[in-house]
Amino acid sequence: MRYAMAIDTKKCVGCSDCVVACQTENNVPEGFCRDWVTESVSGTYPQVEIELRSERCNHCEDAPCVRCCPTGASQIVDGGIVIVEHDECIGCGACIESCPYDARYVHPEGYVDKCTFCLHRVTEGLQPACVSVCPTKCMYFGDIDDPNSEISNMLKTRKQKTLAPEAGTNPHIFYLV
Amino acid sequence: MKEEIFISGRNLPHIDPHLELWHWPISLYLFLGGLAAGILFFAALVVLFRKEDKYIGAVKYATIIAPIAIGVGLLALLYDLSHVWYAWRLYVTIRLESPMSWGAWTLMVIMPISILWTLSYFKEYFPKWNWDFGLISYFDWVIDFLIYHRRILAWILVPATILLGIYTGILLSAFNARPLWNNPILGPLFLTSGLSTGAAAIILLSKSHAERRMFSMIDLVLIGTELFLITHMLMGMLAGSQVQHEASLLLLGGEFTVSFWVFVIILGLAFPAILEIFELVGFKVPAIIPALLVLLGGVMLRFIMVEAGQLTRYLY
Repeated sequence: MRYAMAIDTKKCVGCSDCVVACQTENNVPEGFCRDWVTESVSGTYPQVEIELRSERCNHCEDAPCVRCCPTGASQIVDGGIVIVEHDECIGCGACIESCPYDARYVHPEGYVDKCTFCLHRVTEGLQPACVSVCPTKCMYFGDIDDPNSEISNMLKTRKQKTLAPEAGTNPHIFYLV
Repeated sequence: MKEEIFISGRNLPHIDPHLELWHWPISLYLFLGGLAAGILFFAALVVLFRKEDKYIGAVKYATIIAPIAIGVGLLALLYDLSHVWYAWRLYVTIRLESPMSWGAWTLMVIMPISILWTLSYFKEYFPKWNWDFGLISYFDWVIDFLIYHRRILAWILVPATILLGIYTGILLSAFNARPLWNNPILGPLFLTSGLSTGAAAIILLSKSHAERRMFSMIDLVLIGTELFLITHMLMGMLAGSQVQHEASLLLLGGEFTVSFWVFVIILGLAFPAILEIFELVGFKVPAIIPALLVLLGGVMLRFIMVEAGQLTRYLY
């Protein structure tokens, strides 16, 4: 079992619904977010190309945040999901420094917080909040160890990339390009 | 040309637009940890070579700084923790993959030893006092025990202080997400700088000319090593991947160029080295000046590396 997400950059319109859904579902405090939308513009006018990406924790296979955590609060649970156990976190910030994606933040209550792939929903068989609300249905979530899952089929047929693969973390958010 | 912006209004405190999570408490702690490691390393070596009578400043006086420096450093660290009431979690597990974890344990070894060390000299600090009264005389056997076993403390201190000194650098170099930190020279560089500031502290507190001369010589070698390591680090980064190349430019033309070259290279390394050479060949130089400059350079190196490192990242 290995959860992953594939996001179709050709279908994403950058509406930020995924961001609002996450904030509502996970009671993310005001001014913070676990996911966000990046607009990447390349080229010079008039030859410009825009890529829209819904970004979040990449739930890396070789997660540097898990490696550098001094207490073991950052950990990988079943399905390859990276989580922070709030009661074990001392708030040292090492994981925030170690993340090439800047996907973590310090919660106003002191512990470090981040995307959990909506673990509480996923264990009940539901989709993560961001995926479930996407109006263009550009996000696919599922088990990439299962060759017949929807996400496995998408990754088989579509060209894809991951962000900063040179950081050596083996990220598990795939962008279909 | 490529431009990336957040269109969902992301503006996380201390993270956007660029990371500035670790501040002066971390820099101060890295400096104080290196300083304490340097002082205790030399004190332990002096005891192991049985030269206590010759280098009194190193074993007896400079070592008072060590527990104070570690104590202040630890307070700074605790101040920096945002979930501080869970700090005890550090000491219910050992995670060898995490430099912060084994660094925390190394501190737990060195902190009590540095206190025991100064305790073993406690009576000598106040030679005119009469110690044979009341409760204090009950603790005589403890102090006698410590004095008798000082060499055992020294044997533990030598590896422990090297570990502490190098850990202050490895803590940063383990973060591959920050290209300026992510180079293997940083550990040895911070260790050398820590030893150098330790030698400077001993020079400051020493009353004997021979001792100051000895530690000026040691300091000179350490400064030379540091300059070599810094050159080596910048060369490696210039020849490295794009992110490392860009990171090195922060110190070679970018935002931190002036502070790095003026405070670390010139005032913190080159100038005290020249003064120490003058002193060694016979000119009269007040020993306090190169020593204070070395300490200043040590502080500035930590502050600049911590601040500048957080500006560097992977772009995608």
